Amino acid sequence: MMPSVEHVDTNRPRGPVRPMRRGRGTRPGRRLNPLRALFAAVLAVGMLTTAACSSADTDPGSAEPRELVVFAAASLEPTFEQLAQTFEAEHEGVTVQLNLAGSSDLVAQISEGAPADVLATANERTMEAAGDFVTEPVPFATNTLVIAVNPGNPRGIDGLQDLARDDVVSVICAPQVPCGAATVKILNATGVNLQPASEENSVTDVLGKVASGEADAGLVYTTDIGRAEVDAVPFPEAAEAINTYPIAVLRDAEQPELARAWIDLVTGEEGRAVLAEAGFDQP
Amino acid sequence: MATTIGRTGRERAQLPGWILVPAIIGALLVLLPLVAILFRVDWANWWPLVTSPASLDALWLTLRTAGISTVACILLGVPMAIVLARGTMPGRRLIRSLVLLPLVLPPVVGGLALLMAFGRFGLIGQYFELVGIRIAFSTTAVIIAQTFVALPFLVVSLEGALRTAGTRYEVAAATLGASPTRTLWRVTLPLLGPGLAAGAVLSFARAVGEFGATLTFAGSLQGRTRTLPLEIYLQRESDPDAAVALALVLVVISALVMALVHGRTQHD
Repeated sequence: MMPSVEHVDTNRPRGPVRPMRRGRGTRPGRRLNPLRALFAAVLAVGMLTTAACSSADTDPGSAEPRELVVFAAASLEPTFEQLAQTFEAEHEGVTVQLNLAGSSDLVAQISEGAPADVLATANERTMEAAGDFVTEPVPFATNTLVIAVNPGNPRGIDGLQDLARDDVVSVICAPQVPCGAATVKILNATGVNLQPASEENSVTDVLGKVASGEADAGLVYTTDIGRAEVDAVPFPEAAEAINTYPIAVLRDAEQPELARAWIDLVTGEEGRAVLAEAGFDQP
Repeated sequence: MATTIGRTGRERAQLPGWILVPAIIGALLVLLPLVAILFRVDWANWWPLVTSPASLDALWLTLRTAGISTVACILLGVPMAIVLARGTMPGRRLIRSLVLLPLVLPPVVGGLALLMAFGRFGLIGQYFELVGIRIAFSTTAVIIAQTFVALPFLVVSLEGALRTAGTRYEVAAATLGASPTRTLWRVTLPLLGPGLAAGAVLSFARAVGEFGATLTFAGSLQGRTRTLPLEIYLQRESDPDAAVALALVLVVISALVMALVHGRTQHD
């Protein structure tokens, strides 16, 4: 028994990985030269980047196929997708690339250098945050808050005041995001003392909590109601915070003319009709 | 070759030089973004940003919940690892893969799954609701989410340690007449020491970083469910400088934790 135990002990690996640095005997003439390897690594990364750039540079040789990149607030998804189809039909060889995300995310992406032609945000504050990156934003739609409740409104929620009831679990957007800013404005104006169970990062999260039944009620935009299994309870105090959506051409737009054409479509008759159908109002 | 490396330490196998190229690229991929944070930190306002009431609430909540989660991981994970490494029940491999699933599951999916189990209308949650216990939107929900994602880390490290240790001491103890419980307390658990420490530290780190499941399952409210990662995510919306300042705090915590684990594995 003993010898075999000894044997097992000596051969047992002492750790998952032996560190290869800390080598005591680094003699000259070894093939491991960290500086040379680092240089090679930097070179390799450089070559990869150059290759990626040059392949992108090859296509604009033919002028025909063009791409319009539209950054839009997530709440605009159904309307802008519909308008993109119209736009592509009206402009031959043009593809509309929609990047839909939270307005703050979009502005962050643009200020980090993401290429875009048009920016449409869910409130004016986020558009102001885009600062010099955009030119002359124009308002094109408005949206108001509404109470989202479980289907059939089992808790009998009639108005804003009911959200402060002890037996009602309410969820709102955090003040840092557009829907939360509107919520705070309304609560301050009406003096309703709401103790939310959670302050979510987006309308989608509020909707999710109400649709799953974890929360009894939440404040979301009128246009969001159709996206989930919830019912809407409108309340008059919503008029205290009408959210205005601005749209603008990017200063560094690669397709400024197409960008202006897109804004004409959105603010034109067809755009207004599509937006109205989704529940948006006109500014 | 492997034995040469292991035994003497003076004679080392020679690595081909080119292997350093992908290795360094890989290291840069991991390190550059972390270094980039340092360049973005608004050092003049760093201290006020990380000591704002919202930040301190988030930090304290995170450390508290992650600490409790780690204890829960130890209480549940040690028996799990022992059963998985030493037990002989059928289907052990399948159970093992299922139990380790949170390691590879997208956190949002984990959060949804927790909701289905512990939510108001969840599999178990509906009965809690009947007796007046509500888990969703509570600090308990944060702890459950953290334990859910961190537990596999502890189980994996312990199981590895148990397998490496082998069963010969336990067999010897049993031969000498020790009862299974006595063998467990006096032989198996002491053998687990270093592995347990490393696993606990890893679980703690994972719990501190937990985000997706918490956001989905626990919600986000200052002082109650908004942990540091959620606070960073929210601050990014309105105050990117505050988000970066807090991100640095989280990176430092994680780095300290990793240094702790690494230090231990180097010593053994």
